[in-house]
Amino acid sequence: MAEASVPFRVLPDLSESTREFWTAGARGELRFLHCLDCGVILHPPTPICFQCRSKRLAWKPVSGRAAVASYTINHQPWMPGPPLPWIIAIVEIEEDPKVRLTTNLVGIAPAEVSIGLPVRVCFEHHASPEGDVWLPLFEPDPSRRRPGAR
Amino acid sequence: MAEEILERRACVSGIGQSQIGRRLEQSPLELTLDACLAAVDDAGLRLEDIDGLSTYPGAQNFQRGFSGAGAYEVLDALRLKVGWYDSGLETSGQLGSVVKAVMAVATGLANHVLCFRSVWEGSAQGKGGRAGIGAGMARVGGEMQWRIPYGAASAAVWIALFAQKHFGRYGTTREQMAWIALNARRNAGRNPLAIYRTPMTLDDYFAARMISTPFCLFDCDVPCDGGTAMIVSRLERARDLRKPPLRFEAVGTALRGRPSWDQFDDLTTMPSRDAGAQLWSRTDLKPSDVQFAELYDGFSFLSMSWLESLRLCPVGESGPFIEGGKRIALEGELPLNTHGGQLSAGRLHGYGFLHEACVQLWGEGGERQIASRPEVGIVAAGGGHTCGCMLLTRQ
Repeated sequence: MAEASVPFRVLPDLSESTREFWTAGARGELRFLHCLDCGVILHPPTPICFQCRSKRLAWKPVSGRAAVASYTINHQPWMPGPPLPWIIAIVEIEEDPKVRLTTNLVGIAPAEVSIGLPVRVCFEHHASPEGDVWLPLFEPDPSRRRPGAR
Repeated sequence: MAEEILERRACVSGIGQSQIGRRLEQSPLELTLDACLAAVDDAGLRLEDIDGLSTYPGAQNFQRGFSGAGAYEVLDALRLKVGWYDSGLETSGQLGSVVKAVMAVATGLANHVLCFRSVWEGSAQGKGGRAGIGAGMARVGGEMQWRIPYGAASAAVWIALFAQKHFGRYGTTREQMAWIALNARRNAGRNPLAIYRTPMTLDDYFAARMISTPFCLFDCDVPCDGGTAMIVSRLERARDLRKPPLRFEAVGTALRGRPSWDQFDDLTTMPSRDAGAQLWSRTDLKPSDVQFAELYDGFSFLSMSWLESLRLCPVGESGPFIEGGKRIALEGELPLNTHGGQLSAGRLHGYGFLHEACVQLWGEGGERQIASRPEVGIVAAGGGHTCGCMLLTRQ
C-alpha cells in the first residue's frame, strides 16, 4: 500500500509481548505466539501455555488464510480514520478457528461481505518515530472458493 | 439444589433516583448523593443505619462522564461508618456490585448496604457526538490494542459483531430487533421521567441513520446524567421497615468462556448464557413464573440476547418472540423494559433496570404499572463478557 494513502489510525503500543505481532508484517507474515510443547496458539500472548502450562513459547508464522466469522459496516466517525464506512470484521484463522482477530476488510464492497467469506492477510504499514507498525488487514482470497455463509 | 441459597438472606428495602436529564450540568457527586439519600429515606432508614457501601465502577478516568462518584467520595461526603465496602469495574455487569452487596449481607459483614451507580455522560459529551474509546490517544495498549486501531472504538461496534452473527445463524432481522426500541419508546411515553417520550414508528426506526450495521441510531441507548441507588438489607432487618422487602430469589454471575469481546466461544451469545443458566440452577421457580423482565438494552440486541440466555424464549428465537411487539408490551404476556429502557429513559447503566423492577413489584409504576401487580420479576444487566442477572420476588 502506498505510504501516501495510509489513513490515520490510533496505533498499538509496541510492548515487549506484542511487538512481534505488530511488526511481522514487515516480512509479509502473520505471526502468533505458539506453544513449542503442545503446538497451541496463544492469542493474545500470555507467558504460560493455557493448555499444557509450558513456558517454551515462540513466535511462528501462520498461512494468513482466514474466514469471516462476523462483520459490521461502521458508519459512525468514532475517531479519524479511513473514509467511511469501515468494514470491521472478526476473522477466524485457518490454523485454529478458535483464534480470532478483529480487523478491517479491504478490497471488497460492503454489500459483498458475508459470514464465511474466505480472506487472506495483507498489511498496512505505518511509519512512525515511536516504531513502525504493520497492521494486519484482510482481503478476499481469490484462490479459495466460498464455502457458503453460516 | 445445593446447600442454602444465601442470596435469599438479602432483599431490596429502598430505592432512589436523582433528577435525570440529557444534560443537567449539575455536580455528578450531588446527583449521586441525591439518589443515595432518596434510597435511604425510601427504606425508612436513617443514614446511621447504613453500614455497607457498594458501587460500579468506582472512581476512575476510563471515559469522561462514565463514573459520577467513587466509593470513597460518597463514604466521606455522608460520613458513613461501614463494616464493608467495595467498588470496581471487573465484575458480572453493573449489577455485579449489587450481588456483592447481597453477599456482604449474607455473610454478616453488613446489615444495610447502600448501592449506587451514577453517570454524567450527557454533560460530558456536550453538544458533540459520542466519541470513540481511544479517540485522541497517540497509541493504545492492553486489550484495547486488538480493536481500537481498526476503528472498533465503541461497544456499538463490538456488540454489532455479535448481533450480525446471530442474524446470520438464526435469520434474525432488523424488522424484529426494531421492536426492542419501539416497545421501549411506547413505555417511555407513560414514564414522566423518561428522556425520549414522543411516539416512534417502524418507519421512524428505518429512517434513522446507521451507526454500525445492523444497529441504527435508535438501537443505541441515550447518554444522560443521573444517579440511581438502592439499599440491600439483611432480610430479618428489613421486615419492620417502611416497605415489604423484595427478596433475591436467585442471582447469576457466571463466566464460562473467554472474557473477551472477540474470543468468546460462541459469537451468537455471551456469558449471559452462563449467568442465566446459573440463576435457574439456584431456584425452583421456572422461566414461565417470570411475570415481567427488565433486560439491559445498551444496544437493542442485548435485550434479545438476555431473553434467550434467561430462557424466556428458545435460543435463536428472540427475533420471532418480540416481532410485532405485542408479547412484550405492558399488557402483554411478558412486559419488557417497562420504564423505557436505556434506549428511551436514559443510560443509567444497569441500575435503572433494577430500580424499575422494584417500582413494579411495589406497585409504584403509576401510568406504566403492570396491571396484574406482579410478584416475580427478572433483571439483567451488561453485555459482552460482563453479564449478571437476578430474580426478585415480593413476598
